[in-house]
Amino acid sequence: MSHITIDGQVVPFEEGQTIIEAATAAGVYIPHLCHNPEYAPHGSCKLCTVNVNGRNATACTFPAVEGQTVCNNTEELNFDRKRLTQMLFVEGNHFCPSCEKSGNCELQAVGYHLNMLDNHYPHFFALRDLDSSHPDLLLDRNRCIFCNLCVRASHADGKDVFAIAGRGINKHLIVNSASGNLGDSDINVDDRAAHICPTGAILVKGTAFKVPIGQRRYDHHDICDMSAGEQHGE
Amino acid sequence: MESFINHTLKKYQDCATPLLMVLREVQAQYFHIPKLAVDLISQQLGVSRTQIIAVVEFYSFLSFESRGHYDILLSDSITDIMLGKQDVADYLCQKLHTPLGTVRADRLVSIDNTSCTGLCDQGPAALVNGHAIAYLTPERIDRMVAAIEHNISVSDWDSDLLAVDDNIHQAGLLLTAELAHGAALQAALQRGLTETLDEIKTAGLRGRGGAGFTTAMKWQFCRDTEASQRYVVCNADEGEPGTFKDRVLLNSYAHELIEGMTLCGAIIGATQGFIYLRGEYLHLYEPLLAVLAQRRSAGLLGDNILDQGLDFDITIQLGLGAYICGEESALIESLEGKRGIPRNRPPYPVTSGYLNKPTVVNNVETFVAAAHIALQGGAWFAAHGTEQSTGTKILSISGDCAKAGIYEYPFGTSIRQILNDCGADDVLGVQVGGPSGTFICDTEFDRVLGFEDLATGGSFIIFNTSRSIFDIVQNFTHFFAHESCGFCTPCRVGTSLLKKQFDKICTGHGSSGDVRELQEIAQLIKTTSHCGLGQTAAQPIITTLERYPELYNQKIKQISFEPGFDLDGALAIARQLSGRDDSNAHLAQVEEE
Repeated sequence: MSHITIDGQVVPFEEGQTIIEAATAAGVYIPHLCHNPEYAPHGSCKLCTVNVNGRNATACTFPAVEGQTVCNNTEELNFDRKRLTQMLFVEGNHFCPSCEKSGNCELQAVGYHLNMLDNHYPHFFALRDLDSSHPDLLLDRNRCIFCNLCVRASHADGKDVFAIAGRGINKHLIVNSASGNLGDSDINVDDRAAHICPTGAILVKGTAFKVPIGQRRYDHHDICDMSAGEQHGE
Repeated sequence: MESFINHTLKKYQDCATPLLMVLREVQAQYFHIPKLAVDLISQQLGVSRTQIIAVVEFYSFLSFESRGHYDILLSDSITDIMLGKQDVADYLCQKLHTPLGTVRADRLVSIDNTSCTGLCDQGPAALVNGHAIAYLTPERIDRMVAAIEHNISVSDWDSDLLAVDDNIHQAGLLLTAELAHGAALQAALQRGLTETLDEIKTAGLRGRGGAGFTTAMKWQFCRDTEASQRYVVCNADEGEPGTFKDRVLLNSYAHELIEGMTLCGAIIGATQGFIYLRGEYLHLYEPLLAVLAQRRSAGLLGDNILDQGLDFDITIQLGLGAYICGEESALIESLEGKRGIPRNRPPYPVTSGYLNKPTVVNNVETFVAAAHIALQGGAWFAAHGTEQSTGTKILSISGDCAKAGIYEYPFGTSIRQILNDCGADDVLGVQVGGPSGTFICDTEFDRVLGFEDLATGGSFIIFNTSRSIFDIVQNFTHFFAHESCGFCTPCRVGTSLLKKQFDKICTGHGSSGDVRELQEIAQLIKTTSHCGLGQTAAQPIITTLERYPELYNQKIKQISFEPGFDLDGALAIARQLSGRDDSNAHLAQVEEE
């Protein structure tokens, strides 16, 4: 079997695996948000940036190649990741104390993991639409981080409910229905797309506080200590 | 509307890939993209409604909101501003009774800014319904206004209003070499295609877009990839502010370009080529179509070229105002009818490009050079330039000089000589390679053109000592924030943060930690962004901070705390709402002594 090294640890990989796939299989955590092993990699959040043979690369898209020397859990990379996470926080409107997803949110969990204690950057206070038109689902664009997971999951569901539109800082999530509202789309509460959101942008109505805050997934465990499935909310 | 949409779709074979061409025509017809058109196109092409909406929202020249019947876009490049853009904008807006950024009530006119239109040697410039108008002066504006108020279609305007000059001031190796139509192809077929590829290798030709990848190697990779179809794409989307040399090549050297593309098709085994022409060069679209037609009837394009059993044809697709589409994989996405989002690499286009088939994407100048090399041989080309950068480079020179325009130099030429030739005095510095390149100051003029020193796609903007570094950097920094595609976090959020942070310092609201913070954001964008746009977006700040740290520090307030925001600025909305502007409605950032 072929091998790469991550922070000095020898990690085996199979032909065709990306760096993050090899790392996950070996129990090495690389922080990420837009990556989910169920779907084709996207490579947009850049949290999984690692240093491969001296150059930065995106671990979720970059193929593992025999003999690569990968730096992952370094002070510099974790600092950059913290700053990228802070960028996501100030770009949208993420107010953890009042968010139903608090404790189960991957964005928040990655923030905890990276020891993020403030937002650092000035807030954008973006005006984003909230869509409560669906009987079972709520779409709160204030919390969308453009990970594209709902888009990919909906395609895998055999539907095409979500898409990303707009350019640059005006990027936003849109819904495929005549009115543009979720209630008029063909999404169903049982779709994978309804449950894939790493933040609180897509929520199932009536379930917000079934598990009390304080007893949730990331309230007592660092995301890096969880299995790949648990990290992504299973 | 249904019959117009059907007719337009038919023109493009009811195919989803030329979606941008279809939407361009819809926009021209209705002055916006009607929601009904989205539904009709979606049904006919089987493309989801959301993909069409996403495309409309992505490209600057498309809009869901109605534009005026005469949509005027003023080039906002630093070079246009230096040529007096602000004054002509004020004059135009006043004459048409239409403030910048608005649509007139009668819907006849709308006026807005746009990124560099590639007329930096003849600015200030504008696009009117896509048609380029150069040398804006009050006199010419009066004539434009009269034509608009009389509802004369732009294509019927006086030809001198629509004229675009080549302004070639120094022709070198490529611009003087003769090439009879078909001569390069004939030479290549006689010598053998593999042998001709070897000549290109010998020539040492590297990509002229700026990155400098070895052309022969790119063609070889593509040729060696197993595939049922391969493609040749000409990147004619020069959007780097200050670049306009491809405009001149496309205008006066189109045969050389198309011959180079055909040669590439023959060598790599492609039968289809594309010219991705930036939307700002709409005035070149019809002339290019005519050259293609002329070459088809001469047996130099199409089926059985030169009776040698060679098939190759070319389609032109127009861009719609997105700088990012100059990035080759974003360009390919755009050619496929999508948003211009750069792809993850690997795979590279040479193995998986257009429709996931092996694709060569090269700059206009690269194809022109390849055509000449096929005729003259590799040694002819390699005899010029330097060891690592053979041949010549065509520069687009603009800014503070006596003769702005096109200059061709062998690589290795010093900046000093170039400045002498174009008549630049009292020079503060030069932006080599455009905003994504390097700002060099007056102590560096012995540096030379070349991949080993100053690489450039052709942009060369000269600033004299009357110019402010901050005006220049601010224009560039705003440009990148506007043009970021938004795919990755560092570029999407980072370029906007950089803009805010730079403006804060620029307007005198920065304090001691703010330059350090600016530097930190700049580095983060550079090292973690997805593509070249983000990786170079902070270059104007990084390169000027290196050279003029004292200028930045002079902008900083000498106060012991770091205000998080501009106190007085935060009251602007309150002042507007209350209609007040007295002294009590303003707050100083620091309490007066």
